[in-house]
Amino acid sequence: MKKENAIQVENLTKMFGDFTAVNNISFKVGKGEVFGFLGANGAGKTTAMKMLIGILKPTSGSAQVAGFDVKSNAEDVKKSIGYMSQRFSLYNDLTIKENITFFGGIYGLEKSAIKEKTQLLIDELGLHDEVNKLVGSLPLGWKQKVAFSVSLLHNPQIIFLDEPTGGVDPITRRQFWEMIYREANNGKTIFVTTHYMDEAEYCDRVSIMVEGKIEALDTPKNLKAKYKVDSMNKVFLKLARNIE
Amino acid sequence: MKRFIGFIKKEFYHIFRDKRSLFILFGMPIVQVLLFGFAITNEINNVDIAILDHSKDATTKEIINKIAASKYFSIKQFIDNEAAIETAFKKGQIKAVLNFEKDFGKKIVAEGKATVQILTDATDPNTANTISNYVSSILQNYQREINKDVQLAFQIVPKTRLIYNPELKSVFMFVPGVMTIILMLVSAMMTSISITREKELGTMEILLVSPLKPFQVIVGKVVPYIFLAVINAIIIILLSIFVFRMPVQGSFILLGAESVLFIINALSLGILISTVSASQQTAMMVSLMGLMLPVILLSGFIFPINSMPFPLQVISNIIPAKWFIIILKGIMLKGVGLAIVWKETLILMGMTLLFIALSVKKYKIRLE
Repeated sequence: MKKENAIQVENLTKMFGDFTAVNNISFKVGKGEVFGFLGANGAGKTTAMKMLIGILKPTSGSAQVAGFDVKSNAEDVKKSIGYMSQRFSLYNDLTIKENITFFGGIYGLEKSAIKEKTQLLIDELGLHDEVNKLVGSLPLGWKQKVAFSVSLLHNPQIIFLDEPTGGVDPITRRQFWEMIYREANNGKTIFVTTHYMDEAEYCDRVSIMVEGKIEALDTPKNLKAKYKVDSMNKVFLKLARNIE
Repeated sequence: MKRFIGFIKKEFYHIFRDKRSLFILFGMPIVQVLLFGFAITNEINNVDIAILDHSKDATTKEIINKIAASKYFSIKQFIDNEAAIETAFKKGQIKAVLNFEKDFGKKIVAEGKATVQILTDATDPNTANTISNYVSSILQNYQREINKDVQLAFQIVPKTRLIYNPELKSVFMFVPGVMTIILMLVSAMMTSISITREKELGTMEILLVSPLKPFQVIVGKVVPYIFLAVINAIIIILLSIFVFRMPVQGSFILLGAESVLFIINALSLGILISTVSASQQTAMMVSLMGLMLPVILLSGFIFPINSMPFPLQVISNIIPAKWFIIILKGIMLKGVGLAIVWKETLILMGMTLLFIALSVKKYKIRLE
């Protein structure tokens, strides 16, 4: 791995009352890495991610994102990251253009910059005819691509994607991952959660969370070798089953 | 600031592209004011009554003529026996029956006293009361007329004058109430729905991840509704002045300032509701049940607070609408200034601060 770390997590814990949602996890994500954050539903992925993006306060432990502490410096963290959630993150009753203008605006982009970015984004996604259509009328796959591009508007160093390809067809998923790779090649760090194990294979490294703990963390290749199986799917099942 | 303007612009897109909320915002105030103003009144006009006259003499004829001549009553039928009274009422055609006793005119002359029974349909108690009052006063007038030559030893002559609303127009009573309801509805319900919608759709998360501070998000969501609620208040006041000829005796500036205070009060309630409800549906139900009903029932808008049972009178004190209605009536009908309504104003301010403090606290808890 590269020397510089985009994300550095130490003994991060989140309790909700007596329930430990995230149990003492530690890991590092290098700059420019595509980091897969896997786990079954309810394993604590979303909670962990929320702490990293600064909207949930950790109970104990620490985390640095883009060099800023999430506890004491959440505002700087927010400026350096892009976020796209599993639920659709644009406004359906606004047009593509209005969405871009709005999100550009709340990240403090200049008008001219927004205009330039809008043009770039539209060219890139080939949405010339749709730019003034309400987002709600677009197919899901397109929406997600637009949402991803919008989360990049303010040029963040790290992009958090929470199940970005849920419910999207395989071709669009493939295109989506091409977009992810392009950003990673541009030096951006990608932190992505997914339920699709084929997508896990695309990641540089993956961690697998089970019941609030990180049970495995390595490259897909090493993980498969360690558990003596031929796919990430089997790695995942093996880990999840061991616990049950 | 630039971020803020963009945010507000977005809010207006939401509002103007949702036909339903547009209708609630602008259709409802107009419909409600017109409805309350024209359809729902406490006044009685041309109430159908029946007469059961056992004596049929000159005196009863005179009284009947007087009643028929008033604009309040129209005589629908004459009946001739007691049994027919019930049938007439049951048919629902008449609201009251006047039952003159036998030898009415003779008795007045001979004994100085005669009886007429006023039967009213009390399935609608307010109207029944009004009817019997009106009939009594017509009878009293008649009595004074026939007594005018006789000098009574002692006489008390009440001279009633109705001030602030001399024509007893019920629209004068309804306008402050309707204005209160609408401002409450627009401000509290619409903001709580619009905030929970962002939560429901997941866009709230995106906003919180952005560099916008939580309070900026909230203020951004609220400002458009302040603006719309003020427009609503203006529409209602204009309607009441030009359609119902309701005067505004007091200062327009004070009226405006008090309205803005009440709007902010309702908005902070709306924010509070949105912090405790997870979905738009819940927000709407909580606003309707938790705000609209008390505003209508306990604010003194329709039912006078003084005649409520004591516990309800106490509860009515925590309803902001009660204080706002007192202020509105004071300014609009009596033309009083801040010197008179300062207490109510202070109470509203205190409540507003409390709601804001509570919602800020709640909002923070949700984020952690």
